[in-house]
Amino acid sequence: MVYSSVIRERFRRPRLRGELPRPDLAFEDVNPLCGDRIRIECRIADGRLSDARHRGDSCAICAASADLLLEMVIGRTVEEAAAVEPAALLERLEADIRPTRFRCVTLPLSVLQGALEGREVAL
Amino acid sequence: MTLGERTRPDFPILSRQIHGHPLVYLDSAASSQKPRQVLEAMQRYYERSHANVHRSIHTLGEEATELYEAARDAARGFIGARFREEVVFTRGATEGINVVARAVANMLRPGDEILVTEMEHHSNLIPWQMVCRERGAVLRAVPVSGAGFLDMEALARLLSPRTRLVAAAHVSNVLGTINPAADIVRRGREAGALVLLDGAQAAPHLPLDVAAIGCDFYVFSGHKMLGPTGIGVLYGRRETLERLEPGMGGSEMIKEVWIDHAQWNELPWRFEPGTPPIAEAVGLHAAVEYLEKLGMARVEAHERELCRLTLEALETIPGVTLYGPRNPEVKGAVVAFNVEGIHPHDGAALLDERGIAVRAGHHCAQPLMKRLGIVGTLRASFSVYNTAAEVVRLAEAVEGLRGAL
Repeated sequence: MVYSSVIRERFRRPRLRGELPRPDLAFEDVNPLCGDRIRIECRIADGRLSDARHRGDSCAICAASADLLLEMVIGRTVEEAAAVEPAALLERLEADIRPTRFRCVTLPLSVLQGALEGREVAL
Repeated sequence: MTLGERTRPDFPILSRQIHGHPLVYLDSAASSQKPRQVLEAMQRYYERSHANVHRSIHTLGEEATELYEAARDAARGFIGARFREEVVFTRGATEGINVVARAVANMLRPGDEILVTEMEHHSNLIPWQMVCRERGAVLRAVPVSGAGFLDMEALARLLSPRTRLVAAAHVSNVLGTINPAADIVRRGREAGALVLLDGAQAAPHLPLDVAAIGCDFYVFSGHKMLGPTGIGVLYGRRETLERLEPGMGGSEMIKEVWIDHAQWNELPWRFEPGTPPIAEAVGLHAAVEYLEKLGMARVEAHERELCRLTLEALETIPGVTLYGPRNPEVKGAVVAFNVEGIHPHDGAALLDERGIAVRAGHHCAQPLMKRLGIVGTLRASFSVYNTAAEVVRLAEAVEGLRGAL
């Protein structure tokens, strides 16, 4: 099943979709396979990711992945947040993600890492 | 019996089951399936006649050369070229455009202009971006109207004595729009520009007459017209090809070689360096024969009917947005659409679960997607082997997409 109940639920009712006013860090990037764009904004306090939001135009898998990822990392240190492995996300999504959709899962991860490294958005 | 019902038994892959459903293959604009006749011709070639072409003085070499050059004659007839030296074999439409771009780059000066359109596939855009950047030339684009047509008045305005080349799709791979090829060519040539038409979505679906269209270059791919991957055709008017310097060097494209220089071979071999895709040419030959036996006018009529049925079925489904012309008479064999609340990639994955293969995404036409204000679309596209029953299955499945996630 490509669209697990976790993906459907997160896609329908995301918990962390939206924007943060005056975020400390923000980054966005596109998936070259489909043109989907995801933006993640973060607030940092005492070396920890105190809050984060995601938004953008993306498929259900990518949106669900972003939502789950932010839930996993809020409250963690910046180093911990940047070190989340794709396997951990895949496990939480409980879905049979095929290689063609793997990038849908990992795009939010690389966008989060871009934000945490303070990378510039290339438009 | 319709064309679809008659031809289906020739395509072994169409008997596959996908996720427990009979395959409905509606992605021929990306790559078509292959009839047994093509597969067998290639197999036969490798089993009986394979050797390198042109300079092998033995029986197999002669047979391979004859088969390779016979494929060129077949391609010439298929597109209505006047001379066989106007038919250059390439790896596909993309390579054909790049061959022309490399050759044209040599003629470009700073301030010269190349005119493309907003509906181009990246294949007919990026090579021109590259040569323009390299030579300090300017890239301009003819806008596309909301209804999916080229703005021909803007085209006339954008042409100037600085325009060195016009590059346009004959048929849009997203909107399906059949562009007024002869008109584009006439205007481009009047302005003194060369004209290249990207026929990747036209050659598999319409009767072609490149000599009547009058373009300088016409490119297409074998794999979208029932042939194998790895082969395509670059048609070039003889007078134009003769003026061009080859952009790629190697064996076969030379007549005589010294250590510090060489003399180029005759057309068309001047533009075919290295060992060519021989088996693929044999396969393309079989594909051309297959299509010609069906008759391209009948192929066109069959696909137009499927396109009409699809437009009719989809436009009644709530939440479906269609892109491109609504009149199947001015449209190739593609229908692009979206379903409210469903990302195209999710839509395609859900349709795949029911055995239906469609394309999803930007279709390598990101500037057009930006113009339409969307990330991507779903796209159903047709070939000779599709049937009205498959359109019904598509429509039923699309109906179930809204609210599926």
